[in-house]
Amino acid sequence: MDLLNAIVALLNFVIIPATAYGAQLALGALGVTMIYGILRFSNFAHGDTMAFGTMVTVLMTWALQGWGVSIAPLPTALLALPVGIVVTAALLLGTDRVVYRFYRARKAKPVVLVIVSMGVMFIMNGLVRFIIGPDDQRFADGARFVINAREFKQWSGLDEGLALRTSQAITIVTAVIVVALLFWFLMRTRTGKSMRAFSDNEDLALLSGINPDRVVTITWMIVAALATVAGVLYGLDKSFKPFTYFQLLLPIFASAIVGGLGSPVGAIAGGFLIAFSEVTVTYAFKKVAGYLLPEALEPEGLLQLLSTDYKFAVSFAILIIVLLVRPTGLFRGKAV
Amino acid sequence: MTPAIKNTALFALVFGLILATGFLQSWNVALGILNMGLISAIMALGVNMQWGYAGLFNVGVMGFVALGGLGVVITSMAPVGEAWAAGGLRVIVALLTGAGTIAAAILAWKRLKRHRGLAVTAILVVGFFVYRWLFDPAVAAIEAVNPAREGYLGGLGLPVLLGWVVGGLLAAGAAWIVGKVALGLRSDYLAIATLGIAEIIIAVLKNEDWLSRGVKNVIGIPRPVPYEIDLQNDPGFVERAQAWGLDPVTFSSIAVKLAYAGLFVVVLLALVWLAELALNSPWGRMMRAIRDNEIAAEAMGKDVTLRHLQIFIIGSAVCGLAGAMMTTLDGQLTPGSYQPLRFTFLIWVMVIVGGSGNNWGAVLGGFLVWFLWVEVEPLGRLLMELVTAPMPEGFWLKDHLLESAAHMRLLTMGVILLLVLRFSPRGLIPER
Amino acid sequence: MSDNPWAEDRGNMDRSIGDPEHQGTIPARQGGPAVPVENGGPFLIGEKMTGGYGGADILHDCTIWVEKGEIAVIVGPNGAGKSTAMKAIFGMLDLRSGRVKLDGLDITALTPQDRVAHGMAFVPQTNNIFTSLTVEENLEMGAFLRRDDISRTMEQVYELFPILKEKRRQPAGELSGGQRQQVAVGRALMTEPQVLMLDEPTAGVSPIVMDELFDRIIEVARTGISILMVEQNARQALEIADRGFVLVQGRNAYTDTGQALLANPEVRRTFLGG
Repeated sequence: MDLLNAIVALLNFVIIPATAYGAQLALGALGVTMIYGILRFSNFAHGDTMAFGTMVTVLMTWALQGWGVSIAPLPTALLALPVGIVVTAALLLGTDRVVYRFYRARKAKPVVLVIVSMGVMFIMNGLVRFIIGPDDQRFADGARFVINAREFKQWSGLDEGLALRTSQAITIVTAVIVVALLFWFLMRTRTGKSMRAFSDNEDLALLSGINPDRVVTITWMIVAALATVAGVLYGLDKSFKPFTYFQLLLPIFASAIVGGLGSPVGAIAGGFLIAFSEVTVTYAFKKVAGYLLPEALEPEGLLQLLSTDYKFAVSFAILIIVLLVRPTGLFRGKAV
Repeated sequence: MTPAIKNTALFALVFGLILATGFLQSWNVALGILNMGLISAIMALGVNMQWGYAGLFNVGVMGFVALGGLGVVITSMAPVGEAWAAGGLRVIVALLTGAGTIAAAILAWKRLKRHRGLAVTAILVVGFFVYRWLFDPAVAAIEAVNPAREGYLGGLGLPVLLGWVVGGLLAAGAAWIVGKVALGLRSDYLAIATLGIAEIIIAVLKNEDWLSRGVKNVIGIPRPVPYEIDLQNDPGFVERAQAWGLDPVTFSSIAVKLAYAGLFVVVLLALVWLAELALNSPWGRMMRAIRDNEIAAEAMGKDVTLRHLQIFIIGSAVCGLAGAMMTTLDGQLTPGSYQPLRFTFLIWVMVIVGGSGNNWGAVLGGFLVWFLWVEVEPLGRLLMELVTAPMPEGFWLKDHLLESAAHMRLLTMGVILLLVLRFSPRGLIPER
Repeated sequence: MSDNPWAEDRGNMDRSIGDPEHQGTIPARQGGPAVPVENGGPFLIGEKMTGGYGGADILHDCTIWVEKGEIAVIVGPNGAGKSTAMKAIFGMLDLRSGRVKLDGLDITALTPQDRVAHGMAFVPQTNNIFTSLTVEENLEMGAFLRRDDISRTMEQVYELFPILKEKRRQPAGELSGGQRQQVAVGRALMTEPQVLMLDEPTAGVSPIVMDELFDRIIEVARTGISILMVEQNARQALEIADRGFVLVQGRNAYTDTGQALLANPEVRRTFLGG
């Protein structure tokens, strides 16, 4: 019984939250890695792109709620999500047209594009704060739980409750769907293959008649979708605050780099690796140990390796370790 | 127009702007801009050394600036005897244990042939638990000492100017560690490494109350210049103020700011002089040779990694020095106020706008961008008032626009950066 | 300092933020339309081409042509501008003067992509396959512009290079040097081009593989496709060539049939090593 309790506690406080967080990071890292693979630079504006997409979705959610539209028990935000994606795609394509295209035509070095993306980051950051303000916004509605801790206890007779929040369940399901769609697109469709070809060898893609402008356009649209979905899922799971999204840049970059920049599979693996390490290292294992160890050995402390404030340190440490052992990342990305 | 005239004109323009602020707004604001402009110029100088001389992409400026601030605290604040007695020694032993563990792990990784993964893991795990066993009680004891006002170890009670040196050294030490790890690989990983280390440094300052009081802030840091209140109580000073027809209170605050400005100008000029000297020395020529053709430089037997490490450490130390000066100027260390947009990316805007690779460009960028950073806010509000003037009172859009005017500055900084990158990609004062 | 301030990276080697190695090198050009021209002339001709990569001119009044179903070979010493001439014909650099005509059309203004659509195919000397894509995907990408059924062309390529059929599910980067060249040629053939341009197809392969590759190239030419190639192995190349161009310092030195050039004592002494 104690073993079961320990497993449930572990599921409840580590595995489920880390899986949801990992899915969110993976979606974010996929966007970063796509831009790196096609446009050859790390986009510092990615966190703010996520914030922008989420903001549009939040505004649309409020509008829908105001009109009394609801898809309960699912959150209304899911209904607003397509609007968020479309508006974000329009913003990114507009940015590409006004900003990035100029540099592409001049064969600007990637590091110059990184600095350009800093400028875009400032603008997007300002834009989001200007429109919705810097404060925390909650926009989740519908049923809170798929599995309720109290009901689970009654049903199973265990001391430890298991809770699965709707947002977590939605995160995992949506991430699976999005990733499956993305891989189907990249591996099976002509356009997807042409994007992989472009990422692999730009000159030869050109000599095969692949239109670079089209590849870039589709990349931005996919990135808009990935960023908005990632942002909305994160916002549903936690809450929406522009600054938090900006700060997600570090774990997202860490995920993409750990997996191997330019490698979509790597981005997903990296996202989960970072998320699980963060949650495991910052979780207080007192409860789990309490079930497993005999009473005499029960720990006095929290059994927490690091306080949650140091979660950045975890992403960072994992990143350094992986790079020291394998400089190309787990899945041999483009970076050598 | 020769470059010399153009550059002089640009500097004249920036100081004209600051003077105009003095005449139109207030001298307090103008001198505030000047002082922070001087500090920003030094930060930009540090980043420019790394990016301009060597192409190193440091996005962790914030961390080095904050370490400089910590340097001031641990140097100049009075030691808290009670806290030291409660657990000072134990914390130090714990930190040494932690450092020893990491050193042992690195040594094991390098020396051992077999089972090294296992050995390193074992060393780290054991070391970690010993460290926590030593560290946790000591921290609890220290933080229990008069938590409302102290609850930390305090500093060494030395002169605050010495803290500037210590701040620079702290930043240099952190840069050494980061550089060692991130510059030695087959290709660099400096950007992500600095991005990470900066967040970690801020997290440490925010959470390690025994060291920096965390978000409770360290206030009342000693000053290298007189206090306003002392000046106001000095009859000689009051007499002089009245002789010039000035209010002693206003004059005292202006005098203090001018004193700071004097100190900062000395530091800035010394740094620019040194930087120019270094740039035109054989060392500087070699740095540029490496930057322009790394492969050729390597083939000629230059140790590129070592040179990059050197310049990274020097640049970070300069950022640390600037951070120390800023904390001194503020008179307080507020770990909660360090944000990457303000302390990392804004400095980058200064360097790019000013001119990468040119020290005077970086200085100009520091002043100009800081001026804009401060002045865009009132200007933005003015603009919004103009825009919303025709709207009826109480209209939601009017309220929203007026409320959001404060966020105009981020937008403006982005626009300025993009405009400069597009139309003057080498900056206002390009590299020669 | 270069003319292009945006192409300066100050020696930055940071791979966590950028990937300059995989950036394209073909300069972006503003394309124009193809213009019909009078008089027949050869099937493909680069006429009096003068130009280079922005700096000093590399080609000077250089003329290269090939007739339908012929094999034409460009030979010459190192630095003679052989590859540059090919790239000029394919629109990968801006000509200061001269023009390129294909099948009664002046195509000087076309971008490289547009030339692909007009029936030209180019196999670069290096980086000529998509290493992370499978062999079959490489061929599919070759046929990217085609909207019709490509399975027949793919069968033809597999008939030409049977080993590729065996390895069609493997990433092309895992193949041997000779097999990679086959993938590269196969990819180019997938557009069903009228002209196939090869930049040193036998560079770095063994003599046996080279003979094999030349045999295949002859087979391709027999199907009516014009072949224009640059070759280091001048003797072997001229043996299979209908026409040869000897370039020296970006200028035409000798132009004749392959056999005539092989027989020319001057050419033999200077370029073919006796």
